Amino acid sequence: MRVMAQMAMVMNLDKCIGCHTCSVTCKQTWTNRSGVEYVWFNNVETRPGQGYPRTYEDQERWLGGWTRTRRGRLTLRSGGRLRKLLTIFSNPKLPSIQDYYEPWTYDYDILTTAPLQEHTPVARPRSLITGEHTKIEWSANWDDNLAGAPELATRDPLIKGIEDKVRFEFEQTFMFYLPRICEHCLNPSCAASCPSGAIYKRTEDGIVLVDQDRCRGWRMCVSGCPYKKVYFNHRTGKAEKCTFCFPRVEVGLPTVCAETCVGRLRYIGLVLYDADKVLAAASVAEEHDLLEAQRQVFLDPQDPDVVRAAEQTGIPRDWIEAAQRSPIHALINTYRVALPLHPEYRTMPMVWYIPPLSPVVDVIRDTGHDAEDHGNLFAAIDALRIPVEYLARLFTAGDPEPVNSVLRKLAAMRSYMRDINLGREPREEIAAGAGMTGEQVYDMYRLLALAKYEDRYVIPPAHAEQAHGLEELATECSLDYDGGPGMGGSGPFGESSGGVSPIAVENFRMLRDRQSSDTMAAPDEKAHRVNLLNWDGKGRPEGLFPPRRQP
Amino acid sequence: MSTESDFIDALVRTRRFFTRAEVSEDLRTVHQIGGRAADEFYRDRWSHDKVVRSTHGVNCTGSCSWKVYVKDGIITWETQQTDYPSVGPDRPEYEPRGCPRGAAFSWYTYSPTRVRYPYVRGVLLDLYREAKARTGDPVLAWADIVDDPERSRRYKAARGKGGLVRASWDEATEMVAAAHVHTIKRWGPDRVAGFSPIPAMSMVSHASGARFVSLLGGSMLSFYDWYADLPVASPQVFGDQTDVPESGDWWDAGYLIMWGSNVPVTRTPDAHWMAEARYRGQKVVAVAPDYADNVKFADEWLAAAPGTDGALAMAMGHVVLKEFFVDRQVPYFTDYVKRYTDLPFLVKLERRGNTCVPGKFLTAADLYGPLGGENAAFKTVVFDDVKGTPVVPNGSLGFRYGDQGEGRWNLDLGDIDPRLSLEGADAVEVELPRFDADGSMLRGVPAQYVNGFLVTTVFDLMLAQYGVRREGLPGVWPTGYDDASEPYTPAWQEAVTGVPAKAAERIGREFAANAEESRGRSMILMGAGTNHWFHSDTIYRAFLALTTLTGCQGVNGGGWAHYVGQEKCRPITGWSQLAFGLDWSRPPRQMIQTAYWYLHTDQFRYDRFDSLGGKSTHELIAQSARMGWMPSYPTFDRNPLDLADDAEQSGRPAADHVVDELKSGRLRFACEDPDAPENFPRVLSVWRANLLGSSAKGNEYFLKHLLGTDSSLREDDVGAPTGKLDLLLSLDFRMTSTTIFSDVVLPAATWYEKHDLNTTDMHPFVHSFNPAISPPWQTRTDWAAFQAIAEVFSTLAEKHLGVRKDIVATPLLHDTPDELANPHGVVRDWKAGDCEPVPGVTMPRLTVVERDYTAIAAKMSALGPLADKLGATTKGITYDLGREVDYLTHKNGTIRGGPADGRPSLVRDVHACEAILALSGTTNGHLATQGFKKLERRTGTELADLAAEHEGKQITFADTQAAPVPVITSPEWSGSETGGRRYSPFTINVERLKPWHTLTGRQHFFLDHDWMTEMGEQLPVFRPPLDMTALFDEPAIGDQGAEGLTVRYLTPHSKWSIHSEYQDNLFMLSLSRGGQTIWMSAEDAAKIGVADNDWIEAVNRNGVVVARAIVSHRMPEGTVYMHHAQDRLIDVPRSETSGKRGGIHNSLTRLLIKPSHLIGGYAQLSFAFNYLGPTGNQRDEVTVIRRRGQEVTY
Repeated sequence: MRVMAQMAMVMNLDKCIGCHTCSVTCKQTWTNRSGVEYVWFNNVETRPGQGYPRTYEDQERWLGGWTRTRRGRLTLRSGGRLRKLLTIFSNPKLPSIQDYYEPWTYDYDILTTAPLQEHTPVARPRSLITGEHTKIEWSANWDDNLAGAPELATRDPLIKGIEDKVRFEFEQTFMFYLPRICEHCLNPSCAASCPSGAIYKRTEDGIVLVDQDRCRGWRMCVSGCPYKKVYFNHRTGKAEKCTFCFPRVEVGLPTVCAETCVGRLRYIGLVLYDADKVLAAASVAEEHDLLEAQRQVFLDPQDPDVVRAAEQTGIPRDWIEAAQRSPIHALINTYRVALPLHPEYRTMPMVWYIPPLSPVVDVIRDTGHDAEDHGNLFAAIDALRIPVEYLARLFTAGDPEPVNSVLRKLAAMRSYMRDINLGREPREEIAAGAGMTGEQVYDMYRLLALAKYEDRYVIPPAHAEQAHGLEELATECSLDYDGGPGMGGSGPFGESSGGVSPIAVENFRMLRDRQSSDTMAAPDEKAHRVNLLNWDGKGRPEGLFPPRRQP
Repeated sequence: MSTESDFIDALVRTRRFFTRAEVSEDLRTVHQIGGRAADEFYRDRWSHDKVVRSTHGVNCTGSCSWKVYVKDGIITWETQQTDYPSVGPDRPEYEPRGCPRGAAFSWYTYSPTRVRYPYVRGVLLDLYREAKARTGDPVLAWADIVDDPERSRRYKAARGKGGLVRASWDEATEMVAAAHVHTIKRWGPDRVAGFSPIPAMSMVSHASGARFVSLLGGSMLSFYDWYADLPVASPQVFGDQTDVPESGDWWDAGYLIMWGSNVPVTRTPDAHWMAEARYRGQKVVAVAPDYADNVKFADEWLAAAPGTDGALAMAMGHVVLKEFFVDRQVPYFTDYVKRYTDLPFLVKLERRGNTCVPGKFLTAADLYGPLGGENAAFKTVVFDDVKGTPVVPNGSLGFRYGDQGEGRWNLDLGDIDPRLSLEGADAVEVELPRFDADGSMLRGVPAQYVNGFLVTTVFDLMLAQYGVRREGLPGVWPTGYDDASEPYTPAWQEAVTGVPAKAAERIGREFAANAEESRGRSMILMGAGTNHWFHSDTIYRAFLALTTLTGCQGVNGGGWAHYVGQEKCRPITGWSQLAFGLDWSRPPRQMIQTAYWYLHTDQFRYDRFDSLGGKSTHELIAQSARMGWMPSYPTFDRNPLDLADDAEQSGRPAADHVVDELKSGRLRFACEDPDAPENFPRVLSVWRANLLGSSAKGNEYFLKHLLGTDSSLREDDVGAPTGKLDLLLSLDFRMTSTTIFSDVVLPAATWYEKHDLNTTDMHPFVHSFNPAISPPWQTRTDWAAFQAIAEVFSTLAEKHLGVRKDIVATPLLHDTPDELANPHGVVRDWKAGDCEPVPGVTMPRLTVVERDYTAIAAKMSALGPLADKLGATTKGITYDLGREVDYLTHKNGTIRGGPADGRPSLVRDVHACEAILALSGTTNGHLATQGFKKLERRTGTELADLAAEHEGKQITFADTQAAPVPVITSPEWSGSETGGRRYSPFTINVERLKPWHTLTGRQHFFLDHDWMTEMGEQLPVFRPPLDMTALFDEPAIGDQGAEGLTVRYLTPHSKWSIHSEYQDNLFMLSLSRGGQTIWMSAEDAAKIGVADNDWIEAVNRNGVVVARAIVSHRMPEGTVYMHHAQDRLIDVPRSETSGKRGGIHNSLTRLLIKPSHLIGGYAQLSFAFNYLGPTGNQRDEVTVIRRRGQEVTY
């Protein structure tokens, strides 16, 4: 047993309202910079739908993740490392910008500056790739809320084979939202794909990062990641990805996406796992066995042997305690309601999901039944709108039983709690029907429903009860990096105030000088349209800031 | 176990190709140890100099506290605060509050759509500079331009067509001030108007211009009714504007119906309460015509056809009445309705041939005649089961005013047991209206004679109305739930709504059964989807019947939860003092905005039908105005300053003079002829608002008649005037459809650049805005901007205005004895000879107000003497403010010299914040206790203890800067937070027997006003959406012709904007479709050959819209959604139909006014600002939609 600690996340999809606040706060914080305009470390997709980038789950096309050879070995689906070496200069399995979306901006300034003219001024869209006026054909979230679904969602790769279950008709409508970040896998195929070894998994918490110095921009990681959560920065020529907000997590703050989630559906905590078991678990023969194999890799943090082993490997005491209080461990292994996203990719993802309940279809609705019959008040699982088969394709490599089990637990929790809510005697048999005790159901209810800040986020070393007060600890000096004060070079969405310079150790100082200098690096006619999102922090472009007061 | 080949294994183990790191034993991962300098990029990016608390200040109920990050003096991004005080260990918390719109706000700070400098329409600026050079005086220069038809037409025709040029603050404010001075002098102060909505979200910013306009004597335009967010049913039923539970109270509900309220989209930060309450065993039902975002959470989805929700609710009410009142009695329900509703009250029946119709409430005046005592016509009567006689219980309106009612305005029934039904008495057939088909319903009620009057109870009428049959009663009744021929059975509603009868029946039963078991914890969240219809008041009354019959109102976790535009300005007393300048002069002019624009944009000229009693809507508005029911500004066809002078010269009291002039016909109400130049609105200021991009129903009528510029109005020209408005001033931080049409645009500070206060009814906290940076460029806070305008105005006024007297006409007001003006709600029109015009009784109250126009700036910036002299009155309770004014004198400091010498300062926005907090009961425990003590004297019940726990607590601005602060229970609102409980409305009424502010003092099912009777809406009733084919010859829904397909046109709230704000934000555009869209069903799209993302045009008589189509199966056939307020500035090409810039969502809408909303002067049907007034509804509209050429031009 080799105990390691992993920072992990669970998202309760049953609570997700699809608001995209997580996407916006993440983008504002991390990727509103030039070169990554199209990049959303966190995105939310409506399912059924194609996702972002389009149809990324179609591994027959993108060849992401691992496959198991007949000899029982894992191999990258896109080919072994040798093949990678041979094709290093041409990577055919890379999504194009159109598969993400072609970012754009608008001629906003015309609204103020338009001369007297025949028609009301209007801000037209302009491609950030070509600089030309454009008709918008796709966006970061084009098929939100089933937009265009009859035409678009039919190309959802997960629907193939269950078309009879997923119908695009008004009466049969269903949808749910799937927020996604990097999975920070235990068995990351991005890292395995990288010829430069630039992708590494942090020892202490398992966060997967791209070393910006070592990355040589081969983009094999983009292909190798089956979730398409490694992105290519077109400006720096480096790969970038979700960092699990490590500068925040290190001081006990939850990730931006989690803390700003108004659905309160994200949980962050540690899991302890046996590093020696990972490869075997990822390599089990039957895909339906992957879920259980992955659960078995996790160690019981209450087990004295595990605690001892953890201490031996140098995991600090408060980390072990955090692992014991971890909501992640509770949701995955105690209550067993969280499931991994696409275990069949065999990357052992560390962001798990509680699948959503959904309203019943008309079969039940049309009939009159006794209101307080438990079986009717909360509908039978098999009458739910979202086909279990669809959820199973997301979370259990197609095995409906674990999904059914979770949905039964959620439904049982509601029935059990209804009695308490109305002041009746709670009924143990309801809990038993879902394989739980009443106390377990109640505890799970508190974790899922009350979901207090300090219960959602158990992040060592800082103690969560102090987390509100820790804002300032993460700060260091500003402006030392490419992109300026949070806003980025030629803009996530806009124009440049200077030419493109790839970030590198060699030009680090030069970049810093440019950022702190008081003149435009490369003024041009576009300067007057600069805004802060499009401004890279270099100088004081005309019109961007109020004139300095004269002494 | 190993990877795929030994060769590669070796390669990996040694070098990992090119680099150095520790490779795991199984070669699975690489762990890097030490040397993490490359992480620095992200570590540094996550760095900032300070974090500042602020929020977003208008049009959103969120009231979310945010952390604004600042680095190197630049705003970088924002994330949510998580420091809301806990609501207890056994419930979820309010953290974090926010949404993607708010999270994207900082984009505006430095965006290219930011208004950085003052701008003036170039044509106008040239004219002004020329005229000023010639005349040497700003006011004369303005007069010179606007009095010249040619020159004024020229600049008005240029509105909205670019050509804005930069000006200095000095020049821009001078022009604005000159326009105000000239307008007041030439036409009168009531030709000046101000529009800024929703004070709760930024009270000081709202108060800035409102204070300026009010001190001038200008008209502040209402917003709640204008937005159609005001549920008129609330004043009708509760005698209250709107009072709703905080979202944390959803948690307490055992049964929750989301009805036309798409909670995840429109109440994003609150949606989690609903999601989480399900885990506590709450059942959730969604009623929505489409598969809306909230349907995902519901246990059941009832897809009622748009606008038919009333039918579903009536059918559910049918089930509730039958199963819980007739077949079986539920003690909790029966006790509740006897005590807290008008159901046991007696109603006189009037003979109509062989049948009867319900008439008026029986009152003490009917019982005792002249011996009935004080206000006898307002004391309603029940039949006491104990004594077996009719009795007058405490608590009706007659007890609220006058000496005899002192200590008796309460709901204490004493020994009285009101009889709910006169069952057993003789049966009488009553004729009841129906609107789903021709004819009426004949149904029997038990009735008996009292003092010569044939009476029955409201309850008996309700059973008749709902078609709940009882043995022995005559009439035509449904035979059972499955009888589809008679209203209001489940089967009947199925034909109307499309909801299966069994489902309607079952949900109705479950709702009531849950309420029975939980003692009232069944709740309905209701929203714009059911509230923006012409007949929404009837839809809502059908909802409220459900929550009231089942004893859910005034119970935590139960009752109505109306969530659209209902933002609660919790410190309302302090805010209203400041906003309306009540500390210097009273009364202010407050106008119902719907009627204002209906008249002044000439939409009334395009009506083709009579409205009520053979009168046009225009005539009804004029009648309502002259009877003192509703306000009307401009009031007279004469300058009220000149009118005051005339009165003084006549030597008669001003009111007498005005009455004489009116009776002689020499003086007329302006609203009788809105197209006469002397009756035009002349100057309009818009701040914190986007009138033309958001709320202006009938956008093209606005452009044509108000602004005098190009429009796409497709109605035949009626010869009405164009370009009525001389000056459109807007203050904004971004370019909008309003700024682009404005004559002067002043650059405003954003929400991250000023101090202000914020509250909502969604949570019980008050918190603050704080500047993360100083207002950049030449931007200023609204508070500072209006002070600057006031300075110039006051200077110019010295020469042109001086001190004047102003005759202010105000309507009969709610929560004052004015509501006793019209006993029994009988229409008395003095002009028709029904009565004499008596100010304050049969016509508006007339007050002479002295206005020192040279002192406006001084008054703006100081708290005036009326605050301590007269106190402040909120909902009938007058607060003495002496202590508070004294406190502010020290807290804010005083003004030295000038007209405001020695008064507390309001110079800075922080001063205004302190004043608002100090002068309100919700934020000042002294005032809350004082108010309750005063109320106790009237009710005779104990109340002051509700605030006693916080009597010494006074919330300061510094408190709100530190963290959101819970407010104090106060008589300003109807619910209690005492002891840390969740806020639910009317808990004080229910628990402390405090009457509702209605005729009976109870919640009303029955309304006996003449016009309600004439409308057929005495009782809850179903009225279908308006028939646009019958009214306007529009094609019928489903018709398809050469022009395209006719569909229902709805404008629900958007996921990607808060009204028009954020719609232009690049983050929101990148997450959506990047421009104006219309959602339609796959079936409709197929009919007209539209593919997803095709350009389409929607055309009706009101105008044209160009948008791209979103085709989705979640939309029902026959209905399209164009999300509200997508503005017209982003990627809107020119229209094929008009050749002009494609329109905005309101290009296809127009105003239609429901006459019953104009009722006033009678009990709860009396005017108060944003409390009652005609709604700017817009959902009954239809449009023809078609695929257009895909090559668009701009």
